[in-house]
Amino acid sequence: MSDSVPALELHDVTVAYHRRPVVYGVDLAAPEGKLIGIVGPNGAGKSTMLKAALGIVPLGSGWVKFFGKPFKEVKSRVAYVPQRESVDWDFPVSVIDVVMMGRYGHLGILKRPGKKDRDIATSALEKVRMLPFANRQISNLSGGQQQRVFLARALAQEGDIYLMDEPFTGVDAATESSIIALLKELRDDGKTIFVVHHDLTTAEEYFDQLVLLNMRLIAYGDTKEVFTPELLQKTYGGKLTILNEVAEQAEKSKDKQPGASDADDEIR
Amino acid sequence: MRTTKFANLLLFLGALVLLAPELAMAARIGDITENSVGEQALRFFTFADPALRYALAGALLLGLNCGLLGSFIVVRKMALLGDTLSHAVLPGIALGFLWSSTKDPLAILIGATVVGMIGVLVSHAITRTTRLKQDASLGIVLSSFYAVGICLIYYIQRMPGGNKTGIKSFLFGQASALGSDDIILMAVTTAITLLCIGLLGRALVTTSFDRGFAGAVGMPVQFLDRLLMLLTAFAIVVAMQAAGVVLVSALLVIPAATAYLLADRMPRMLTIAAIAGMISAAVGAFLSFLGNNLPTGPLIVVSAATMFLFAFLFAPQHGWLTRVWRRRSRWHKTQRENTLKSMYKVLEEREFVGDDIPVVEIAELRREPVDVISPQVAELAKHNLASLQDEGQTAYFTPEGYREACRIVRNHRLWELYLTKVADYAADHVHEDAEEIEHLLGADTVRQLERELAFPTADPHGKPIPNPDEPVALGAGPAKVDSDGYGRGM
Repeated sequence: MSDSVPALELHDVTVAYHRRPVVYGVDLAAPEGKLIGIVGPNGAGKSTMLKAALGIVPLGSGWVKFFGKPFKEVKSRVAYVPQRESVDWDFPVSVIDVVMMGRYGHLGILKRPGKKDRDIATSALEKVRMLPFANRQISNLSGGQQQRVFLARALAQEGDIYLMDEPFTGVDAATESSIIALLKELRDDGKTIFVVHHDLTTAEEYFDQLVLLNMRLIAYGDTKEVFTPELLQKTYGGKLTILNEVAEQAEKSKDKQPGASDADDEIR
Repeated sequence: MRTTKFANLLLFLGALVLLAPELAMAARIGDITENSVGEQALRFFTFADPALRYALAGALLLGLNCGLLGSFIVVRKMALLGDTLSHAVLPGIALGFLWSSTKDPLAILIGATVVGMIGVLVSHAITRTTRLKQDASLGIVLSSFYAVGICLIYYIQRMPGGNKTGIKSFLFGQASALGSDDIILMAVTTAITLLCIGLLGRALVTTSFDRGFAGAVGMPVQFLDRLLMLLTAFAIVVAMQAAGVVLVSALLVIPAATAYLLADRMPRMLTIAAIAGMISAAVGAFLSFLGNNLPTGPLIVVSAATMFLFAFLFAPQHGWLTRVWRRRSRWHKTQRENTLKSMYKVLEEREFVGDDIPVVEIAELRREPVDVISPQVAELAKHNLASLQDEGQTAYFTPEGYREACRIVRNHRLWELYLTKVADYAADHVHEDAEEIEHLLGADTVRQLERELAFPTADPHGKPIPNPDEPVALGAGPAKVDSDGYGRGM
């Protein structure tokens, strides 16, 4: 893999929900083999940026490339961990069923999973130490266990880049440190990992690089360079007032905003 | 987005037209006159009546189809959408009737599916363009489309000429009005459902569970949504004649909800829902036949609801009565264990001299009246844990009872010791907690406690921890304790 092609490149990415822009013109090019934290206040568009990169919410403008190619061409190299609260944990599936979903990107929609896929899913569960719970229904799991199941599913995707949306919420300290150890292991294998993260106290210690986001990209770079009081103040010091006002206006005058697309179109 | 939806629709309608040629005329069942219940039952089980065979086949098909699709509807929390769809198709049925001027199932299917889809689109449009949320928009579509449908149906009934028999069966359902062409249509739609679930089952489950992730691994999320919607519309329309507009959505929801209570894996849920759907539809058809063509729809729904009630009460894990019963039997077990423990303590206090345990002494130890304790000891005797003599005044351990008593005292003392040693409780704080926990400790946990505490022999208060495998022989005198109570090894 060449060094020149970024693992993930965003160019002028704007995303809107209900015609209200939540991410504005973000440019980003992340190299391979880094563990990268995405931090910013609530409503800064951290999750949205990940979802837009994966095509789950449509882009208002700009483009996204993974390893120099559009997502659709390399989707089997991209693994994703959604927020734990985004699904119904009473759903009638078992732990191993959920992890097997990680294989469907490789299998396509019709092909049935084989022994190889089951082996991969099993070893993914083993890595997060959830194998003893393989046949358990997911509603019988604790929050930390649920998070580990999601992580195992992403591992089963065998991607080269991992996008993780708040993998540490509702997780106890011991699980958190074992997850971060696992992520560092992946990083050492040359994988790129993006983690939406809430806790500034640990951000400096966990990540090689940081993305500071508050609707706009405030800063991106090595942690020791961007984890500064000035940049953090800029990120967390309230919303960007004018940007926010314009966004509200755009939401009210729905039809007059040519660039913004309707995110709801794609969401059932 | 809309164009693809209609493209999908046309594709399926095309397939249906090809698959269902030469539709035979329906066999009428109007010749059934008032029969006695016994006669009707006999006719039902001999399957002599062709109309009956149709009714039964139709019921089974629609039960299967609705059960399968309903499972997805329920786990996707779309039950209200199914209800809306079933009401919104009514104008389409009336229009199909007008168009063909007979009860042509294909015309009705096309009319109903198209109008049903329009209903869904209108509801989408309302949520998208206004601040109203989905429940309100579905409510608007449901009631207004249904109202238009009722008006049209009454209009058609007053029109002169034409074959209008059967249109009323769409309101409340009449399985016996099904003809061979209806059955063919039902079979075809059910086959399509089975095919789709067989091929796309995993994808449907994944999108239902985690939409975002399904999209991120490249699944055609929207196509699957629309496919499910279209299949549901088909299922509703073909089931409508047997179950009726008003109640057909119950066939989607109730069997699937029953299965949801009983299963915790999707394949099993689908199986149970399909079986529950078929049973309730068949029972409904049978009852309708028994009662000389009572409306089928309500009878199907009542039988489905009865099945749901049983699942609600008796489901192995989540059933209401199951939980009550489990709690009750746990309470009784706790009671018995507490009595055994008191009996053990009586023996322990007099250093295991003699094996007779006067009930009065148990009462003294527990600080409760004898007439409270006596029934508890009698309960032990009933479970063969103790034997009674002197007209119930004196109790003796049976071997099982003594073993059980040792076990429960051991649990209690191990737990107390664990709390004081490992969890840093003060020795005088632990008793209450151990009272609760001792009844819940499983064999595995007890072994873990033993290892953690290096196989102790005395509790924090210095009392010996009995071992059920080698207990103090009854009537043999004092038990021996190591000087510090620890480190017996093993």
